[in-house]
Amino acid sequence: MKKLVILFLVLAMVSTMILGCSSDNGDNGNGNGTEEQLVVGFIYVGPTNDGGYTTAHDNGRLFMEQELGDKVKTIYKESVPEDKGEVVKVIREMVDQGAEIVFATSFGHMDGLIEAAAEFPEVTFSHCSGYQTADNATNYFGRMYQARYLSGIVAGMKTETNKIAYVAAFPIPEVIRGINAFTLGAQSVNPDVEVHVRWTNTWYDPASEKAAAEALLDEGCDVTAQHQDSTATMVAAEEAGAFSIGYNVSSEEAVPKAYMTAPLWNWGEYYLTAVQEVLDGTWTNTPYWGGMYEGIVTLDELTALAPEGAAEAVEAAEQKIVSGDFDVFYGPVLNQAGEEIVKAGEKMSDADMLSMNWFVKGVVGTIPASN
Amino acid sequence: MNMISFFSAMVQAGTPLLFATVGEIFSQKVGHLNLGLEGMMLMGAVTGFAVGYGTSNPLLAIVAAALAGMAGALIYAIITVSLKANQEVTGLTLTIFGTGYASFAGNKYVGYKLPEGVSSVFAKTPFPILSDIPVIGEIFFDQSILVYFSYVMVIFLGIVLYKTKYGLNLRMVGENPAAADASGINVNRYKYFYILLGGALSGLGGAFLSLSYIPVWQENITAGKGWIAVALVIFATWNPYRAIVGSYFFGGLDIIGYRLQKFELPIPIYIINMLPYAATILVLVLMSIKKSKENKAPGSVGKAYFREER
Repeated sequence: MKKLVILFLVLAMVSTMILGCSSDNGDNGNGNGTEEQLVVGFIYVGPTNDGGYTTAHDNGRLFMEQELGDKVKTIYKESVPEDKGEVVKVIREMVDQGAEIVFATSFGHMDGLIEAAAEFPEVTFSHCSGYQTADNATNYFGRMYQARYLSGIVAGMKTETNKIAYVAAFPIPEVIRGINAFTLGAQSVNPDVEVHVRWTNTWYDPASEKAAAEALLDEGCDVTAQHQDSTATMVAAEEAGAFSIGYNVSSEEAVPKAYMTAPLWNWGEYYLTAVQEVLDGTWTNTPYWGGMYEGIVTLDELTALAPEGAAEAVEAAEQKIVSGDFDVFYGPVLNQAGEEIVKAGEKMSDADMLSMNWFVKGVVGTIPASN
Repeated sequence: MNMISFFSAMVQAGTPLLFATVGEIFSQKVGHLNLGLEGMMLMGAVTGFAVGYGTSNPLLAIVAAALAGMAGALIYAIITVSLKANQEVTGLTLTIFGTGYASFAGNKYVGYKLPEGVSSVFAKTPFPILSDIPVIGEIFFDQSILVYFSYVMVIFLGIVLYKTKYGLNLRMVGENPAAADASGINVNRYKYFYILLGGALSGLGGAFLSLSYIPVWQENITAGKGWIAVALVIFATWNPYRAIVGSYFFGGLDIIGYRLQKFELPIPIYIINMLPYAATILVLVLMSIKKSKENKAPGSVGKAYFREER
């Protein structure tokens, strides 16, 4: 009897293995494009339906594919670990399938991508959020701080206690820049506003995010914002009868009693531009840092919970940013100690923004010293 | 810092740990170390959510969550009790299986919210009369119905374990299965029953997260809570009553970092996150120094029982 059971289990295992191997590992389509088709590869850090970061990238891929129609064929690989060897392996597979341009979407994919770029000089590479380049490799990211500034306007008008909660992942320049931009946006409509920051030290852990949000709500915050990938912060806000600003994707369905808006990624704009350049032969390795003008970052449509007049205020600020008359870190910008970091009439350079490690006046919280 | 809201949040954070820990205590009390807690919690969490979402029936959701945890435990029980395979390896495999199952089954629910009819049942509801007691009422009796259930569950299971014939028998199975067998106890039936009970409780622990704490489905909603529960079993020295204290203590440590950040103490958050594990090691050390019989792991934990080798 026992032998029979073991035999059955072994058979079950073998059959699942065979089935597992025969599926196509998430590659979409056969990849071997016809003569005129450009094969475009995407390397994702999570599953395409994570409802956040990777979903946003995959929407970008689909948008680009739809826009360019028969001219391109896309292939992708999900949940690629941030490991050099793995990334190189995946890229080799993609080049094998005819890929002529490869996008890697996470910071930790950078080293592998740069190594593969040396191995395949005829292929074009682009890497999200990194800083290295090569003759055939560049990097891309978006000026998310602009959309966060706009979301700050909504939060600043909504708050009654003048205390806004901001649940943040890691104390790195990208996140700090977002907090500062959000605060400046809120202050532009409500000079008395304070933004209270909590670090969770994780991009994604719903329970921790909720605990951090609850701590801030208990301290009297009545609007939440987040640099986190789950909706837990907004769930906490909804339960406490507060209101929330999301991130990455629209969350009106998930938290209908709290959600006001969210800064969103719109990667499709970049993917379309970059692939079009490769098709036209005009591609260069200049790093891309697009903003609202290019349309790579946007603010989600405001819900009915957004305060009265917010839509107009956001619209006005958006116009100024898109037209180039204004950007978020235009002087005077003061730090927490009240020192003028950007003088009146001046603007902050991209390099300074990319290495930002201080809070503006009005942020309540500290940046841990280890960073 | 508002102490009452902190303690109330602490009870909430400790509840999933409490379910899983008590479940694991019973599994270990019959001699089976089940490292698959994390997997069973996730199976319960995703199944409870999916059924709650699909049927809008809170009772079905919670029953389904318990059954899903039991299904995971059943796999474990067949492999370790009947086939007598290695318990650690089987438990680890169950965690991997449960995590994969939850990602697979939960895929289409990511970002979805439970229907109002379900989430409102599991939301915080003041307990009649008791919630009016100052402080205690605010902390313990303004919680989810699942939290109230956990109080009853622990007391009931504690009585079963220490005050009934069944409790005596199950402890005997865990301490010395051969002796239990000789005295006419059906060893395997006991093992199956309490391993499955452990699975059901873990499933409920997971379901607390997906039905009550965060009623919007998220990948990997447990985020390592199953492992903390494994440590908690040792911290609680296999005693369900102490598991209450331990769970709330660990739950409190889980959230206190976010409340202390406000005071800008010069302690890195990592140190605070480390405290539950450091406390567990401390308990292990104290136990080995004291050598008290009462607080030791059940005698046969981790060992398969071969009747033929008596």
